Amino acid sequence: MMNCIEATRLISDAQEQALPLKTRMGLQVHLMMCSGCHNFKQQMGDLRAITRAYAKGENEQTENKG
Amino acid sequence: MTAKSKTEQGLLADTIFLTDIRRQMLKFATLQLSDASQAEDAVQEALIGAMKNADSFGGRAAFKTWMFAILKNKIADVLRYKQRTVNISSFAHDEDEEDMSELFDRKGFWLQDERPVAWGNPEASMREQEFWRVFEACLEHLPPKQARVFMMREFVELDAGEICATVELSTSNLHVLLHRARLRLRECIENNWYLQGEKS
Repeated sequence: MMNCIEATRLISDAQEQALPLKTRMGLQVHLMMCSGCHNFKQQMGDLRAITRAYAKGENEQTENKG
Repeated sequence: MTAKSKTEQGLLADTIFLTDIRRQMLKFATLQLSDASQAEDAVQEALIGAMKNADSFGGRAAFKTWMFAILKNKIADVLRYKQRTVNISSFAHDEDEEDMSELFDRKGFWLQDERPVAWGNPEASMREQEFWRVFEACLEHLPPKQARVFMMREFVELDAGEICATVELSTSNLHVLLHRARLRLRECIENNWYLQGEKS
């Protein structure tokens, strides 16, 4: 069975390029059984959204500059 | 008015676009150089260089890519100069040798304490100043190579091919660095933000 190092690596790689179907299916099986990697996958989407918001300066809009 | 000067005026007259891009460039340069005044200088030079050629760009995306390309060259120059004048100790630690035993067991599965938890909706966090302080601190704590490629990918939004060409990395090396950067960043954010509420 695929371990968590491999699974997180594939989840990370998928942020750059689509994974082959067979790899995707193997990963899917791992994710069904592993809550840690399941959460990791969600977080990769969040991390991208957070970083892009940061790049647009959204963090500065929350500051109460007094 | 010629078409050329119209484009130029369009881009250079767009203050919001320029302010945004300047802010992004400055963060990017500061993270790469770890020196605020050197970062300011690099951004300044890159902006001047890019504006001279603003009329040769059809749109914002092309202009932005070009600005960052100039900035990266400036940064590379500064880093090369630093390397000659001082030994940059931050690069001495070989990030490629880093092992994963802090996070995973011998079989490569998450250690109990390190297993990622559900973050829920990040929208609420993103409205809090403290969250952004944590995020910034976590970014700054990434090892330099990892920070650089992560910023290029997620901040400047370059694709993998462009990054590999710019920093002379193979695709697989890039993937290794991005994987580690993401593992570290998510861990740092989780420990310092999402798990803080539960502890207190």
